[in-house]
Amino acid sequence: MDAHIQVKNLNVYYGKQQALKNVNIEIPKNQITVIMGPSGCGKTTLLKTFNRFFELTENTQLTGEVLVDGQNIYDASVDVTEVRKVVGLLAQRPSPLPMSIYDNVFYGMHIHKMKKDRKEYKAAVQHYLEIAGLWDEVHKRLHDPATSLSIGQQQRLCLARGLAVEPEIILGDEPTSALDPISSQNIESRLLELKQQYTTVIVTHTLRQAKRLGDYVIYMYLGEVIEAGPAHEVFNNPQHERTKAYLEGQI
Amino acid sequence: MSLFTKKHWQRRHVMEAFMKFIMRVSLAIVAGALGLILWIIIVRGLPSLSWDMVSKIPEGGYYMGKEGGILNAIIGSAYLATGGTLLAMLFSIPIALYLKTYLGDSKWGQYVRLSLDVLWGIPSIVYGAFGFTLMIALGMRASLLAGIIILAFIELPIMTRAMDEVIRRMPIDLEHAALALGSTKLEVALRVVIRQMLPGITTAILLGFGRGIGDAASVLFTAGYTDRIPTSLMRPTASLPLAVFFQLGSPYPEVQQRGYAAALILTIIVLAVSLGSRWLSARLNKYTVK
Repeated sequence: MDAHIQVKNLNVYYGKQQALKNVNIEIPKNQITVIMGPSGCGKTTLLKTFNRFFELTENTQLTGEVLVDGQNIYDASVDVTEVRKVVGLLAQRPSPLPMSIYDNVFYGMHIHKMKKDRKEYKAAVQHYLEIAGLWDEVHKRLHDPATSLSIGQQQRLCLARGLAVEPEIILGDEPTSALDPISSQNIESRLLELKQQYTTVIVTHTLRQAKRLGDYVIYMYLGEVIEAGPAHEVFNNPQHERTKAYLEGQI
Repeated sequence: MSLFTKKHWQRRHVMEAFMKFIMRVSLAIVAGALGLILWIIIVRGLPSLSWDMVSKIPEGGYYMGKEGGILNAIIGSAYLATGGTLLAMLFSIPIALYLKTYLGDSKWGQYVRLSLDVLWGIPSIVYGAFGFTLMIALGMRASLLAGIIILAFIELPIMTRAMDEVIRRMPIDLEHAALALGSTKLEVALRVVIRQMLPGITTAILLGFGRGIGDAASVLFTAGYTDRIPTSLMRPTASLPLAVFFQLGSPYPEVQQRGYAAALILTIIVLAVSLGSRWLSARLNKYTVK
């Protein structure tokens, strides 16, 4: 397997409580990996260790390594803003920045000085809005506030905004849970289209979504990875009792 | 029997009516007092309000003179309050952002907030006396510059704490969204927090300006008073609150009436600035995330 993210002996504590227990996994490149498990099993915590977001919570502690392209992102020499540029995040609820639709996509490219002039930025904004499937809906009102969009449109804007900084990895923290069914489907099909170019890691609590999206599946329970493997193997032939129970709906 | 019976006056309904009554009385007291103040200023000041009042400097001295106007005080106050507010902004915006971005609710953050709250409560005459002592030590005379500096001192805690309270209400999701794109904390503060908080920051600045333009005691010690319009930062200057104070203290009823007119002008300026900043903050509100 061509691993994009490798997690080695990862332990995470919130205060005295251990949220992740000795996690060792590999996330395959340019596939969709789905992390599933019951509430409070640590799946979001695991996801947030991939872009160093968990450390935004106070009083946390981490041991072990998370390697992206073979480099430990927790190494003292690593610039956290670089990590977050390479590892994008699609949050649970869309949160557009307090600016226009255009500026939301422009913002990330601008702070990283990714383009030369206005024309290039303009073309890039259009490009990413098209990839997110939003261009046709917003090209006539690019300078309206981003909050004037519907929730589903806002989430696609957040996707465009995240892709605009040219990440290699997209993290999704239950990215459709706040959306209506049609908007959810829309986001899901975007993610499926994008998986050729990006390594995608999605946390989900819906089994059906896991089955629709997942190429690779990680099943977690109480802070531990119980089972990880290619989706067809885990879904059709789970090795572990707990996974089996979860898939059969007992947990 | 119908599903909804006639409303019974249960305890909870009585409670609600009672509380509503108390709220209305409080509102009436405040609105009434404000109305009364305005009424007195208008009734007593309007007869003396003329074009001369706002376009001429005093003739015959500010204390006794019945001729001329208070242009010296209008311009002096405009300089003092604007200068003081700009200077206070220069310091309070960075302090508020630093409090939010780097100190947060830490021990140091709490300590800074406590200090600002104490500074907020200190009477302006104490600031005036402090400024006066400092000026003597430095060998400075009463001047526009000294007045501006001391007003900035007075406005600083008000503006900083008002901004701090607004900035603390910043939705955490917004910050995270910006951080997730690889922003530094400074970029989050300058490009996202400020944009979201602009309407609130405008209000905070207005609060500072209002206190600055209305303050008499501090400028009495530091900016002095004069019949002339200041020509440099090192010259003393008149101010509207002191124009009110000196003229009301005069034994002549005509001069007293001019004091009320000065108060009316001051009130109109404050009203105009408030309306202006409300308009501005409504425009700035367009992009904020609710």
